[in-house]
Amino acid sequence: MNLHAIRAIYLFELARTWRTLAQSIAGPVISTSLYFVVFGAAIGGRFTSIEGVSYGAFLVPGLVMMSVLTESVSNASFGIYMPRYSGTIYELLSAPVSAFETVIGYVGAAATKSLILGTLILLTARLFVDFSIAHPVWMVAFLVLTSVTFSLLGFILGIWADGWQKLQIVPMLIVTPLAFLGGSFYSIKMLPPFWQTVTLFNPVVYLVSGFRWSFYGAADMPVALSLGMTALLLAICLAVVWWIFRTGYKLKN
Amino acid sequence: MQPIIEIRGLTKTYASGFQALKGVDLDIRRGEILALLGPNGAGKTTLISIVCGIVRATSGSVTVDGHDIRRDWRAARSLIGLVPQELTTEAFESVWATVSFSRGLFGKPPNPAVIERILKDLSLWDKKDTKVMALSGGMKRRVLIAKALSHEPRILFLDEPTAGVDVELRRGMWEMIGRLRDSGVTIILTTHYIEEAEEMANSIGVISGGRIVLVEEKAALMQKLGKRQLTLQLQAPLSAIPPELADYPLTLSEGGRELVYRFDTQQERTGIAGLLRKLGDHGITYTNLRTEESSLEEIFVNLVRERA
Repeated sequence: MNLHAIRAIYLFELARTWRTLAQSIAGPVISTSLYFVVFGAAIGGRFTSIEGVSYGAFLVPGLVMMSVLTESVSNASFGIYMPRYSGTIYELLSAPVSAFETVIGYVGAAATKSLILGTLILLTARLFVDFSIAHPVWMVAFLVLTSVTFSLLGFILGIWADGWQKLQIVPMLIVTPLAFLGGSFYSIKMLPPFWQTVTLFNPVVYLVSGFRWSFYGAADMPVALSLGMTALLLAICLAVVWWIFRTGYKLKN
Repeated sequence: MQPIIEIRGLTKTYASGFQALKGVDLDIRRGEILALLGPNGAGKTTLISIVCGIVRATSGSVTVDGHDIRRDWRAARSLIGLVPQELTTEAFESVWATVSFSRGLFGKPPNPAVIERILKDLSLWDKKDTKVMALSGGMKRRVLIAKALSHEPRILFLDEPTAGVDVELRRGMWEMIGRLRDSGVTIILTTHYIEEAEEMANSIGVISGGRIVLVEEKAALMQKLGKRQLTLQLQAPLSAIPPELADYPLTLSEGGRELVYRFDTQQERTGIAGLLRKLGDHGITYTNLRTEESSLEEIFVNLVRERA
């Protein structure tokens, strides 16, 4: 195990985060604050509470999840796409570093950043609304699982993309819509039956639901199903990454 | 002694169907500087990329200090440093950060003293906190060399190290490569500048059309393939070589105003004296004469042309 390499990649990627602190941390925190102001304070007052939770508090887990998963994807995809684009990937490919070590370094750094971001958003949210966390351990578990899974997805995207457009089109056309339609702002029980069924195919629904359960002990989906679906998504991403390194897909010719 | 790199029957066919290497066998001796010469598209970079693990070979084997590059890839790669042809750098990092990163990537614990020595050797010490993108092209090239040396490799690959580097800097780089060789590092460089190979290499390998055309010690190569020629400027142009001189390998040039005589440097007797005497006997007078030795460049051009 090349621990020095994992450490080098991990610290290198985190250093990139500190360098671009404004975009990578401040940006999402500010936009989340705006959501609270608009949805929580301005509009939220007109909503009745959902399953005994005030609308502002109901929003918190959804907003954290939404930021964490979109930022995981964009950060991890950028992290591996950048060296491919600039050509510095040659060094990684020629180094005595295994696929596993590469993934731990890049995905670990992206997930770490997402966890920091998620924590900051929670702290920011506390300034706007009062909320409690019923199952803190599960809350952290869901947060870690989501960060890792979507960082892996981002890693895959960063290897698949062969241009900046592709790199942006997946988050824009797939991840963001799934996140918006994943029950961040509403309970899916508020939807007409047909759309409720459609929603079941959206993996984000399970993540948001599980995460919300860890806060308030109640959610749209049974928590075991949420956990199972998240684990399944993680397994799929791991399999794709394994296949990428096995075949050298877009990395080696 | 066992060669530090042994390449056997190496072939590479890219997905496009282009066959970049058509069966390469090559031994690289420990501690030597091998210059790989070849026209564009000859397979130089493909060969280097396979040894370094960036490109997968279609067939054949490579061992690095006894380690197979597929089975024992970690050990093999730890020994190698690579300076790529393109100036690909992490633009936003400082020189210090990017060089230290490379050392970690190759599995070595952090060692500021080593990085400091490398940066000082490459005259980059005063730039250590500068972002790479703010450096000139020549400095970026040196940053790439520093990255390649950061893990103290035993073998250094330099893919066209002095492309786009000014003359003065090129000299400096040659000196540095000489110092590395003296410290026991085996160096393989590809180049378009024949001058570079002639200046630095112990051995010359010529690669053309995906095959190694020859590998030879430089001095032996120069001697074996080097031709000298004597050029006589004639007072009166000749329309043809007189039949009395048919024994000599002579050619006419410059519209008959110059007589060119080729001779082999390896022979004891060059036959110049005899030729000059005969010319005098037949009343052919000359105003000037000069001799030339063919350079590595001519040898190279002739070789590649012959095989093409």
